[in-house]
Amino acid sequence: MTSSADSSSWPLWEVFIRSSRGLSHVHAGSLHAPDATMAIRNARDLYTRRNEGTSVWVVPAEAIMASDPDSKGAYFESAQGKSYRHATYYTQSEGVKHL
Amino acid sequence: MSFASHDSATRQSQGEAITAEEIAESGAKADDATARYALLLGDDSLILAQRLSAWISRAPELEEDVALANISLDLLGHARFLLTYAGTAWGKSEDDLAYFRGEEEFRSCRLVEQENGDFGKTIARQLIFSFYQHELYSRLVHSTDATLAAIAEKALKEVDYHQDHAAQWILRLGLGTEESARRVQAGLDSVWSYVEELFTDVEPMTSLGEIAVLPSTLREPTLTRLHQVIEQAGLSIPDMSGAHGADRSGRHSEQRGFILAEMQVLARQHPGATW
Repeated sequence: MTSSADSSSWPLWEVFIRSSRGLSHVHAGSLHAPDATMAIRNARDLYTRRNEGTSVWVVPAEAIMASDPDSKGAYFESAQGKSYRHATYYTQSEGVKHL
Repeated sequence: MSFASHDSATRQSQGEAITAEEIAESGAKADDATARYALLLGDDSLILAQRLSAWISRAPELEEDVALANISLDLLGHARFLLTYAGTAWGKSEDDLAYFRGEEEFRSCRLVEQENGDFGKTIARQLIFSFYQHELYSRLVHSTDATLAAIAEKALKEVDYHQDHAAQWILRLGLGTEESARRVQAGLDSVWSYVEELFTDVEPMTSLGEIAVLPSTLREPTLTRLHQVIEQAGLSIPDMSGAHGADRSGRHSEQRGFILAEMQVLARQHPGATW
């Protein structure tokens, strides 16, 4: 409660909502809040007004290390042309039914 | 739907929300005293909803705009149920009662009529009123009047959140900076003299038996919880007696006329208008 007293605006939080049991939490958006407890309240007000969720997570935005959007190619396209990564060339041994 | 049946209204499954229209169509008809009680409760919610709506675009952060707007809309919903039900006794609609009654005919308590002031004062008023309302509705769910019980059950879940919101803010303002503590304490001081009125037994509550909740039974539990959270926030309970004439018998504060003028002007200039 005292940590952000001298900053001019509240820190940013990322909101994740699980829509039903068995599914994973999905990013819903972001919001500002003075602390984690209030971030959960604000998330409820901003993102769960229409029965969206069964569970809400909030994460300080600064705690998330994200990949660089400009390096998309280097990160995600390098697998192209490397079909040996997909186990489609192997012949299935006889008698193995449930591979 | 099941709501029309008097013995099942309180046993609706959670999440099967009632609407003001369903109350109007249910055929449930309030008698005069029950209607006056519903009207008194509805007036409190209606006036506070109107007050809180003034925060939209004015709150400290966008997130708080949304939070106060949500609380305002919840209260407006409760007012619609209660006014609609009250109207069944006199053949009036919720709009007749909200927009075409005069200042003297409202029965809202003076606490909700108080001007918003700064955020600290608004939160002080929210704290007191939501704690009071939570005690009230958690008893009104046992009302022998099925419609009132159903309305209380719906409202209770929402008021549960209102009191949490207010309590969280009292703690942050009270334990925040010197300035935030000073301002929220000033807010408590400026509204505390209107607390006593909430707990005064008056007609029609005194003649309704198990239909209504007797306000005096709410004094001790409400004040105990208020004292706890106010002390936890490092603030002090204002030492003052109730404002003169604090009895809900129709006396009102000078602010009521202004807020009604603002709320009623459109409906009165264009009767029957829809938007």
